[in-house]
Amino acid sequence: MKFLTQTLQLILINLKSIPGRWGATLVIVVGLAGVVGVVTALQSMSAGMVATLRSTGSPNRAIVLKGGSNSELSSFITRDQAVVIEQSESVAKGTDGKALASGELILIAERPLRRSNTDSNVSMRGVGAAGFAMRPEVKIINGRAFKPGLQEIIVGAKALEQFVGLEVGSSVQIRGSQWAVVGTFTSNGDAHESEVWVDIETAQSAFRRNGYSSMLVQLAEPSAFEAFKDGLTTDPRLQVDVLNEIDYFSSQSRSFTRIIGVLVTVVGIIMGLGAIFAALNTMYSAVAARTVEIATLRALGFGGAVVVLATIAEAMVLALLGGAIGGLGAYAFFNGYTVSTLGAGFTQIAFSFRVTPSLLVTGMILSLLVGFLGGFFPALRAARMQIATALRAA
Amino acid sequence: MTTALVSIRGVSKRYTRGKQTVEVLSHLDLDIASGDFLALMGPSGSGKTTLLNLIGGLDQPSGGEIRVNDQRIDTLSSGALARWRARHVGFVFQFYNLLPVLSAEANVELPLLLTDLSKAQRKKNVAAALAVVGLSDRATHKPNELSGGQQQRVAIARALVGDPTLLVCDEPTGDLDRKTADEVLTLLQDLNRNYGKTIIMVTHDAKAAEFATHRLQMDKGALVAGEAA
Ligand SMILES: Nc1ncnc2c1ncn2[C@@H]1O[C@H](COP(=O)(O)OP(=O)(O)OP(=O)(O)O)[C@@H](O)[C@H]1O
Ligand SMILES: [Mg+2]
Repeated sequence: MKFLTQTLQLILINLKSIPGRWGATLVIVVGLAGVVGVVTALQSMSAGMVATLRSTGSPNRAIVLKGGSNSELSSFITRDQAVVIEQSESVAKGTDGKALASGELILIAERPLRRSNTDSNVSMRGVGAAGFAMRPEVKIINGRAFKPGLQEIIVGAKALEQFVGLEVGSSVQIRGSQWAVVGTFTSNGDAHESEVWVDIETAQSAFRRNGYSSMLVQLAEPSAFEAFKDGLTTDPRLQVDVLNEIDYFSSQSRSFTRIIGVLVTVVGIIMGLGAIFAALNTMYSAVAARTVEIATLRALGFGGAVVVLATIAEAMVLALLGGAIGGLGAYAFFNGYTVSTLGAGFTQIAFSFRVTPSLLVTGMILSLLVGFLGGFFPALRAARMQIATALRAA
Repeated sequence: MTTALVSIRGVSKRYTRGKQTVEVLSHLDLDIASGDFLALMGPSGSGKTTLLNLIGGLDQPSGGEIRVNDQRIDTLSSGALARWRARHVGFVFQFYNLLPVLSAEANVELPLLLTDLSKAQRKKNVAAALAVVGLSDRATHKPNELSGGQQQRVAIARALVGDPTLLVCDEPTGDLDRKTADEVLTLLQDLNRNYGKTIIMVTHDAKAAEFATHRLQMDKGALVAGEAA
């Protein structure tokens, strides 16, 4: 108890002395604000990407791709295979008694980006009535749905934001033909919002495709997935991969999150080391500036452990301050900031930075760690000081 | 047998710098009686501060025995020595060594943080110590708002507040002008006469030594002249 009071008193004294040494003290605060800010921003990018792709899909749905293809874009399913897949017992039936299975076609169209006015890839998805029925999250927020047989498209809300000329009422040239934009849709903020949708049969005939890229099926229940998968993968007529829809979209962010992960680690280590040296520098100079004070306190009978703890605590308080500034700065500047990146299929996927509470906590832990390491050695020096010698420094 | 408060027997202090060993104090004997006000004098480098630091438990001898109140302090561990200092010694330094960020009363309170006293008791004792040094009206002032003499009086209050066995002062007036020095010395004399404080003071100043009850002269690490108790 006494020990605690002494330590707290000493921490207070140390903190009170900071305004007299702002210059030296700022090094640690600013250094850590920078580190935590950058690391948090990078991680929030990754978190946002993951969140967008994780929110895409439902555990009740499975996606079927050609065996060995990692994405819809490189996959192909023939009409015959589609019929076999539809007939699986694990596939749920709609109110009309028909199997809830949607053969879908993915094509790439080039459109100029608003931000740079350079062409980039937008995914164009051919969808039938079953595709809408199975995805209750898809909502037309402006205009209307496309009519089968007409050259009409609807545009995801994020695609509308990212690309030029996709407003309702405009007409766009895609792969040599003219298409009218008749609606805008949302889909719970998921990856489909970065797409343009078209009627599947219209797309097949307009782009002369016979068959599908993928089949999305509604399972009777999530637990039916294994049976469904086993049924298809052992069927000699098929050569397909079966993935849970959520897993499929998560896997599309894997390379991106891996790159960010490596970047965060490398940047974090380099900047973290820099911050530790900044903290060491700050604390060594604090201890040096207080040599006589520390020696005086020790002469009065304050113990070495108290001095060590108070010095470390001071560094940690400063580091925490820097960490908080960095974390909140990242939150203020980046949270909700929308960017787009090329997904695995080389199409633009828009997502928002997410500075989550757990990232803020991670930033705090990082700064506390830096503060601890930066305070530890100077604290030892303070404690090991010969009192009689230090007092002569007056 | 005179029961000296401080008893020093055959004390040496050597410093080793590289291959060279310097003996700063050699086989020194000294007794200081309770209630003494001792002035230690001598040329610069003669070892006054070194001896004072040994008596105050800030440093440990290379050889010999130091007893205070019949307790060997030369054999204590550094932790035990720190606790012993907190309990038994009040220090006054040439440059006051107040903590600049703390008010006068907070500076005076520091030694009491090492005791079991309650906050209220601490406050009371601090007020009493500040009253003794005549600075009750400056309690909330920071050191840089006080004159040198006032700062030294705050330092004396800090040394007093824990009611130590010994007051140990290293050139307490070394940084003060004559008039202020005399005020501080009068205060120390008063503490010795009227509060029975045992005081050991190092000084260069013969006039300052006049305020003490005894004077000792040091030269080259040995006591050379003077009237010890
Ligand atoms: N840590 C140390 N290492 C080596 N030599 C030291 C050390 N501390 C003191 N000395 C030496 O011991 C001798 C005595 O020093 P001390 O400070 O006790 O003298 P002093 O009588 O107090 O002098 P002054 O009047 O100048 O304060 C000096 O020669 C000094 O250089
Ligand atoms: Mg000296």
